[in-house]
Amino acid sequence: MTIEGHTSTASRTDEAIHSRAPAELAVRLDGVTKHFGGDAGRRVAAATGAAAGEAVVAVDGIDLEIRDGEFFSMLGPSGSGKTTTLRMIAGFERPTTGRILLHGQDVTTVPPFERDVNTVFQDYALFPHMTVEDNVAYGLMVRKVPKAERAMRVRDALAMVRLDGYERRRPGHLSGGQRQRVALARALVNRPRVLLLDEPLGALDLKLREEMQIELKAIQQEVGITFIYVTHDQQEALTMSDRLAVFNRGRIEQVGTPADVYERPATRFVAGFVGTSNLLTGDTVRTVLGTGGTFTVRPEKIRLADPGFSHGPDEASATGTIREVVYLGPDTRYIVALDAGGELVVTQQNLETSSMEALSAKGRLVRLVWKRQHNLPVGEG
Amino acid sequence: MTSTDARPTGNSMRRLAGWLDRHARVRLAMLLAAPMGWLVVAYLGSLTLLFLNAFWSRDPFTGQVVREFTPNNFVEILTNPLYRTVTLRTVAMAVAVTLTCAVIAFPIAYYMARVASSRTKGLLAVAVVMPLWASYLVKAYTWRLILSNDGVLNWLLSPLGLRGPGLGDNVIGLWLVFTYLWLPYMILPLYAGLERIPGSLLEASADLGGRGLTTFRRVIFPLVVPALVAGSIFTFSLTLGDYIAPSLVTTTQFIGNLIFLNFGVPDLPFAAALSIVPLVIVVVYLLVARRMGAFQAL
Ligand SMILES: Nc1ncnc2c1ncn2[C@@H]1O[C@H](COP(=O)(O)OP(=O)(O)O)[C@@H](O)[C@H]1O
Ligand SMILES: [Mg+2]
Repeated sequence: MTIEGHTSTASRTDEAIHSRAPAELAVRLDGVTKHFGGDAGRRVAAATGAAAGEAVVAVDGIDLEIRDGEFFSMLGPSGSGKTTTLRMIAGFERPTTGRILLHGQDVTTVPPFERDVNTVFQDYALFPHMTVEDNVAYGLMVRKVPKAERAMRVRDALAMVRLDGYERRRPGHLSGGQRQRVALARALVNRPRVLLLDEPLGALDLKLREEMQIELKAIQQEVGITFIYVTHDQQEALTMSDRLAVFNRGRIEQVGTPADVYERPATRFVAGFVGTSNLLTGDTVRTVLGTGGTFTVRPEKIRLADPGFSHGPDEASATGTIREVVYLGPDTRYIVALDAGGELVVTQQNLETSSMEALSAKGRLVRLVWKRQHNLPVGEG
Repeated sequence: MTSTDARPTGNSMRRLAGWLDRHARVRLAMLLAAPMGWLVVAYLGSLTLLFLNAFWSRDPFTGQVVREFTPNNFVEILTNPLYRTVTLRTVAMAVAVTLTCAVIAFPIAYYMARVASSRTKGLLAVAVVMPLWASYLVKAYTWRLILSNDGVLNWLLSPLGLRGPGLGDNVIGLWLVFTYLWLPYMILPLYAGLERIPGSLLEASADLGGRGLTTFRRVIFPLVVPALVAGSIFTFSLTLGDYIAPSLVTTTQFIGNLIFLNFGVPDLPFAAALSIVPLVIVVVYLLVARRMGAFQAL
């Protein structure tokens, strides 16, 4: 089912996935676009002679390959087209142009009930008039799976999401976390080859969210099917995914492993959205690094030192004033205004610093020091 | 109440307002006094009178109401086959009208709630509500004209060699009239009920392999049953109690016109007792409807 030795997501590199021969594709998107309101807009425009302009371009020419068995995330800000893309894979929306292939088969015009994918909806979409058991059994019942097998599979699915004993409850009498599990069981019980999840943890509180992240990942490795996971939370995408795509305004800015995307952001947008942006641009780059272009430095890679500190040959440094201090518990975030212009965010673990010491640093002159290898060049996007 | 140094004229008003603010029950009582009074006097009062009357009798010689308790009216209603027949006929009519309204209203409400664009939706809503603006009496009379021997219906049907139900003693015309009259009362709650079903439930059903018909049978219909029952409360009870439409379009008797015939001169206590019959039927109907969740759907 899953490959041995891949317990940690972050360590699972691109190479590891490539080594699975042959790397079969679960999903392929071929130049997919989606416009909303376009037809009506054109018709009205034709009738009135006005220019058509009402169409919303939700997805704007996406090419994407998702491999069989991987945990793939779609990350991006609200309105960037993630849900629309997911809904096109599920079959709820038809692309305006382009093709969608599931396991090599063109399903662009195939209705949802004939696709071998299942969805965990953001609002869970549990049937309120059915018990937990009937909700989970729905897909099997509709597909006429024999009663005995149905009961067994429902029991297994509920056990997998640790909801045994809740069979006769109604969704209305469950907590948010439990409903989420029912939704998951209802989808997984059908053994789809691809599971689509649209911000499934969005409505849960932080603690439950973190628990469910671990559990979801474990379930994915246990069942070994492809998960396509939509989220706007970069932390979630980085911790859970084998690979992820960063969406912006209906386009994909970068596809890669979490390490790729975090350490080698392809565009300025990716640098800013995944992690804190900390961009060095224009004159600042020339003064501080002595070259041109745009770079980003992750806040945790930068040290705070005295202004007089002399740095090593493989290090870069810049002087500045601490403009703001944000105490975060385990670490502290300093916002430093550089003498060369611009700002950098620095996070430091509170190893020995107390909150008092950290907060009193505001206004102090400092020198920021970091290894040159942590200057990440950013493409102009 | 911190700014007690305000203008002296406003002071007592402010004091009162503050006192009321702290005594929520008194405030509520003052607010509800008038409507509650109306409800008690006009509704419960007349209902009590009706109930008392039902157990009195009429002196056959003087025509005066004798205010002494007697169950005779009810004994008469329960034993005389005429009343049983009329009651059953009226209930059957109410059931038939309710079913017909449901069958016609469902597609219309479904189209309004889940298919039509918001513009079409608005137009349809107006079209459904519009007949309610016209007088009931006018509409009933109009149907008399439509159904009469040389009316519009027969004129339309004659090229096909057919004839409409006519007015006489048959009840088909009445069934048509009732269905027409009460249809909006079925469409509106159904429309609201269908509109309330989240689209994601229908998508979830399709996602799990359910085709249109399965989704309708397993998801849409069960979820809209409370709204359907809510609508049927209107169509059922309105049909049960009506006496004008039956007297206009058929010569056959229904509870409504029997009560009306006994009203005033002939036998007021008996009319009251007869009125209890549809009342009891509707109360039973409401109890069943409540069990089916109809009141949450209203
Ligand atoms: N049914 C729709 N009708 C019109 N516009 C839509 C519809 N669905 C999505 N959009 C638009 O498409 C864009 C992308 O939306 P969505 O895919 O939901 O983004 P995300 O899931 O990344 O937040 C948004 O601008 C949104 O307003
Ligand atoms: Mg979304």
